[in-house]
Amino acid sequence: MKNKQSYLQDLAEVRAMMERSSKFLSLSGLAGLLAGLYALLGSYIVWRVLGFDPAKPVDLVSSFWGIPEALLAPVAVAVGVLFFAAGTAIILSAGKARSKREKLWNPAARRMIIQLLVPLVCGGTLALIFMARGMAEVTVSFTLIFYGLGLYNAGRFTYGEISSLGLINLVLGLLAAWKPAYGLLCWAAGFGLAHILYGIYMHYRYER
Amino acid sequence: MKSILLKLHKAFESRIRLGIMSMLVVNETLDFNALKEYLELTDGNLASHLKALEKEAFIGIKKTFIGKKPNTRYYITPQGKKAFEDHLQALQALIDLKE
Repeated sequence: MKNKQSYLQDLAEVRAMMERSSKFLSLSGLAGLLAGLYALLGSYIVWRVLGFDPAKPVDLVSSFWGIPEALLAPVAVAVGVLFFAAGTAIILSAGKARSKREKLWNPAARRMIIQLLVPLVCGGTLALIFMARGMAEVTVSFTLIFYGLGLYNAGRFTYGEISSLGLINLVLGLLAAWKPAYGLLCWAAGFGLAHILYGIYMHYRYER
Repeated sequence: MKSILLKLHKAFESRIRLGIMSMLVVNETLDFNALKEYLELTDGNLASHLKALEKEAFIGIKKTFIGKKPNTRYYITPQGKKAFEDHLQALQALIDLKE
């Protein structure tokens, strides 16, 4: 007969295997921090350099590819932030996966990404459609709300803290819809500040 | 004590088989490569453990194609799930008993 220690070890092994195979645990916390910094920088550019105010009506006459000219630069900055944030997340998570001798693109990663992408792609498309109609204030809240929904979902397949980050973005998105004048501030708080705090927390909790 | 020990299934004495069942209980299906990667085993070693579980009818096999490449996916059967859960309960009972 085996001893108690070995039964305990069996149960520990079962729990570890369940978690490893159902949750994506290579997600880098540091990437969250950097994504927040990009977003803060992006918000600053849109606000200070471009003088963008989502609550102001937009001239719809001149447009480029269906997007009003006045909104082109803010959209480009937002897409740029998304691109750099996603790139950083992929590179740093790949490094974390390698150091754990796991593959980045495993079944758990696939499931998490699908949960995130369905709301995100839907929201992004919706945001562009409303941008084309010059409704910038709606767009700001939509990006926050749909991103928040995506994170909230994805949290079930990675660190649970991601769900909390999603809820914060959701609430800020609703706030931005309610008070459009604070839209850009909500954007900076959600995509910027919340990600920075999340990144620091995750880095100290799991990556040291 | 004896009655609890009877509930421990000998198919799960190997920690690798226990690991395979743990993963299949939380994933609808997993393919051979995913199992191999999580368990860090060689092809032959993993295949023999899978065969043992299949013989007990604890896991099932679904053969599909991804493009032209064959892809073998494994899933847990209802009796596999039942046996696994009984085994975990027995483990827990044994640990509680000795305290």
